[in-house]
Amino acid sequence: MGLEALLRGEDFITTTIDEVIAWARKSSLWPMPMGISCCAIEFIAVNDPKYDLSRFGAEVARFSPRQADVMIVAGTVTYKMAHVVRRIYDQMPSPKWVIAMGACTSSGGMYRSYPVVQGIDQFLPVDIYVAGCPPRPDNLINAIIELQKKVEKTRARDFQDKK
Amino acid sequence: MENKITNQAVLDIIKEKFPNAIENFEEFQGDFIIYVKTEFIHNILKFLHYDENLSFEQLTDTTAVDWATRKNRFSMVYQLLSMKNNYRLRVICYVNDDLIHPTVTDIWKGANWQEREVFDMYGIKFEGHPDLRRMYLPEYVEIHPLRKDYPLMGNPGDFKLPPIIED
Repeated sequence: MGLEALLRGEDFITTTIDEVIAWARKSSLWPMPMGISCCAIEFIAVNDPKYDLSRFGAEVARFSPRQADVMIVAGTVTYKMAHVVRRIYDQMPSPKWVIAMGACTSSGGMYRSYPVVQGIDQFLPVDIYVAGCPPRPDNLINAIIELQKKVEKTRARDFQDKK
Repeated sequence: MENKITNQAVLDIIKEKFPNAIENFEEFQGDFIIYVKTEFIHNILKFLHYDENLSFEQLTDTTAVDWATRKNRFSMVYQLLSMKNNYRLRVICYVNDDLIHPTVTDIWKGANWQEREVFDMYGIKFEGHPDLRRMYLPEYVEIHPLRKDYPLMGNPGDFKLPPIIED
């Protein structure tokens, strides 16, 4: 049914190492759910059979940052929690990406008050922002697809010097 | 289940023991509230807790109110529950201007964290509290955010963002 149906005899394809690595990376994004508040419930729904994030190769939610590729920050980040989020992000091996899920994470959302960081881009490099409060599961899947497009363009040597 | 004791009975018991302590009392939406003088607050709460007829076993909540422009700026509010009588009572008193207030942790152990929260949010210092540290905010901050003169969005630099380590 898949590519193997096209195989006839000893066929071969030509490509570059960069493209193969980028293709492999984008097809197996392992998310680390940084579930701080209610958006995390919606992230669970994304993993459920109805929406089924595994269709995009991103179903393996890793709760250890050392095994994850993309951190999905799902919830309101307070100034006290920001130190924890940043420390966990620093523990992820490169290459790594960040999805800011929901209004609170992206901009502070309805929590326009002194203890809430008004957008996690003040201390994290965010790749994709997801709108919604909380976002629909479709919206997060869209974010994963957009991130895959971004990962597809990366080259392996871009991350050579990174930790 | 109905209350086994009336508001008037509670008032009479307290008045008999502390004739000068009660400044005012009222009933608001089914809650009985008594306003007492600050110098009597610790003795009254101790009496309410240990008295056999009243027996307020539980301190449901401790909080404070910032009145901003009043002379005695803060009020302390004690919310009591007597499980024996199925009766709730609210005791309110002013906090002196030096913001030093007697603790009730020697009466109810549960007041420990409640008073730490009040200290965190209002800056009222509880004399005799065993461990008066901030409850919610980081330890380095110097603000008391529930005071009326603190802006909603805070002041720049009150809270620190994490340091950014470049790869």
